Amino acid sequence: MDPVQVWTLGIVIVTFALYIGIAIWSRAASTGEFFVAGKGVPAVANGMATAADWMSAASFISMAGIISFAGRDGAKYLMGWTGGYVLLALLLAPYLRKHGKFTVPDFVGDRYYSGVARVTAVVCALFVSFTYVCGQMQGVGLVFARFLEIDVDKGVMIGMVIVFFYAVMGGMKGITYTQVAQYCVLIFAFMVPAIFISLQLTGSPIPQVGMGSQLVGSDVYLLDKLDQLSTDLGFRAYTEGTHSKLNLFCIVAALMLGTAGLPHVIVRFYTVKSMKAARISAFWALLFIAILYTTAPAVSVFARYNLLETVQDMPHAEAPSWFTNWEKTGLITWQDVNGDGKIQYTGDDAEAKGLPANELNVNRDIMVLANPEIAQLPNWVIGLVAAGGLAAALSTAAGLLLVISTSVAHDLVKTTFLPDLSDKKELLCARIAAAGAVVVAGYFGMNPPDYVAAVVAFAFGLAASSFFPVIIMGIFTKRMNREGAVAGMICGTLFTALYILYFVKIAPEKNNAEHWWFGISPDGIGTLGMLINFLVAAVVCAFTPKPPAEISDLVDNIRAPQMDGEELEISDH
Amino acid sequence: MSETKSKSLNKQEYWRANLTWVGALLAVWFLVSYGCGVLWVDQLDQIRIGGFRLGFWFAQQGSIYVFVVLIAVYVLVMQGLDRKFRG
Repeated sequence: MDPVQVWTLGIVIVTFALYIGIAIWSRAASTGEFFVAGKGVPAVANGMATAADWMSAASFISMAGIISFAGRDGAKYLMGWTGGYVLLALLLAPYLRKHGKFTVPDFVGDRYYSGVARVTAVVCALFVSFTYVCGQMQGVGLVFARFLEIDVDKGVMIGMVIVFFYAVMGGMKGITYTQVAQYCVLIFAFMVPAIFISLQLTGSPIPQVGMGSQLVGSDVYLLDKLDQLSTDLGFRAYTEGTHSKLNLFCIVAALMLGTAGLPHVIVRFYTVKSMKAARISAFWALLFIAILYTTAPAVSVFARYNLLETVQDMPHAEAPSWFTNWEKTGLITWQDVNGDGKIQYTGDDAEAKGLPANELNVNRDIMVLANPEIAQLPNWVIGLVAAGGLAAALSTAAGLLLVISTSVAHDLVKTTFLPDLSDKKELLCARIAAAGAVVVAGYFGMNPPDYVAAVVAFAFGLAASSFFPVIIMGIFTKRMNREGAVAGMICGTLFTALYILYFVKIAPEKNNAEHWWFGISPDGIGTLGMLINFLVAAVVCAFTPKPPAEISDLVDNIRAPQMDGEELEISDH
Repeated sequence: MSETKSKSLNKQEYWRANLTWVGALLAVWFLVSYGCGVLWVDQLDQIRIGGFRLGFWFAQQGSIYVFVVLIAVYVLVMQGLDRKFRG
């Protein structure tokens, strides 16, 4: 084993031991603890747990790399995956907390006095969570494969065992406190290399500032230099965008509305004590997320600059060890097109500019993982990044598995089919469902469906077009009735699902701006789906009877301020 | 009877004040992200602050900072409203 692997293995084992220790210490004893951690999580801790829950393998491993290649257009992820928290804090979290049950389907079922509405919501929740969790297990496998040279499948299995341990035993309570630890690991692992590289390149210890500073030993700004390097090599200038305004607008909106509608994020706000605590923990959550999300674009700039500076015209025989290491995994490929033995990395405009043809392909996902090696940072930093990637993937996987088990045990078995189920049996049922979900997620992690790339768009689009409108209408209008809500949810979701399915699966060759409706790509179609949901609901509602009088009281109660000493319901038993 | 009436009025005022604040804060939310980060990004890029073009900065940094501040303001405002309506 080389020193990097020893460091990696050491750090990974220490962090895993920590997670298991926390899980044993905080295991759940009742359904209230299993589903919503007894509703007694402090706001700061919940903020941290929400941040870890939210930031997945995609945020930690892929996002900075994607932005690195997309330039300014990458802002859609930065804004889209943070702006939703404003909606959560202002429009959703406090009211759902005031309602005081366990899940989103609980709210939908009560507010729309309908089992059909509840089951529709459960199906949406299950679908969104399952599509999302496959990617996480795969992320675990990839990190193991690259850093410890373990088979991807074996890596997935190790991840399954760990998640199984604390999700099945600890429930929401166990997950919450492991997520707090995982947030600390992942943010430390993300920040350390970013700070090191920022110091190396610009002399500033704050990456957010370094990104806009001058390069060390010159008076040229980093971003200007990067723009110039990019255009010289036939790429687009880094700080310029290509998306049409309407499409960009829709993508950002779909990601924001989707964030606000994702069940595994919403459920975190059920775990705090009061409406006030729900608002405060939304603030902490976004603050903790913003630390990573404002550093990521700086990492993208540093990584892109380092890549262009390092590899250009370098003889392949002299390529650094990280280059050859990643070549072995197939994530970097080099083909000596002009046979000069040197690496030429050029963009789409290469021919027009008289530059040699491109010979290099770099997988976007490796930018964060390879970054410490490219910048020649110490071995322990590389090990740390591996542990951070694992923490990000495991924390999100656990949160999703919990939503799946809650949906099955609480919303389906208990509320819909067997209302007389005892608390103890419901808990057992939740544990079995969690165990089953771990196995299914692991299977899909090892045998990923071929539409993985579209899965994220799917999850967000569906959350935006199903949950978001239904919850908003449930809180902010008293007139919205069962018929309108169910019709809206079904039309919005179906439209979004069919649009994505058509362009991604049925006719992928037509997946370009020319064929898209109004030039909106499948990533952004959730926004249109949401509008359809609202519209259909309003029309159907206008022609169907008003909701019963007690619904008006329910809405009044949700909107009313929480009084001093007023304890919110802990469970519905 | 009169007490219940004044209380329910209070609740309505509370709700209206809440909606006004939500509307105002969401207007800012919309302006910094969809406005500065998407629609007017090219115009703003003409302005430079240090090494950043302003539109690029809003899209990749500024909007996120504003989001955090917006939630902080809302938390404080609602704590004030809660206190006021409890009397």
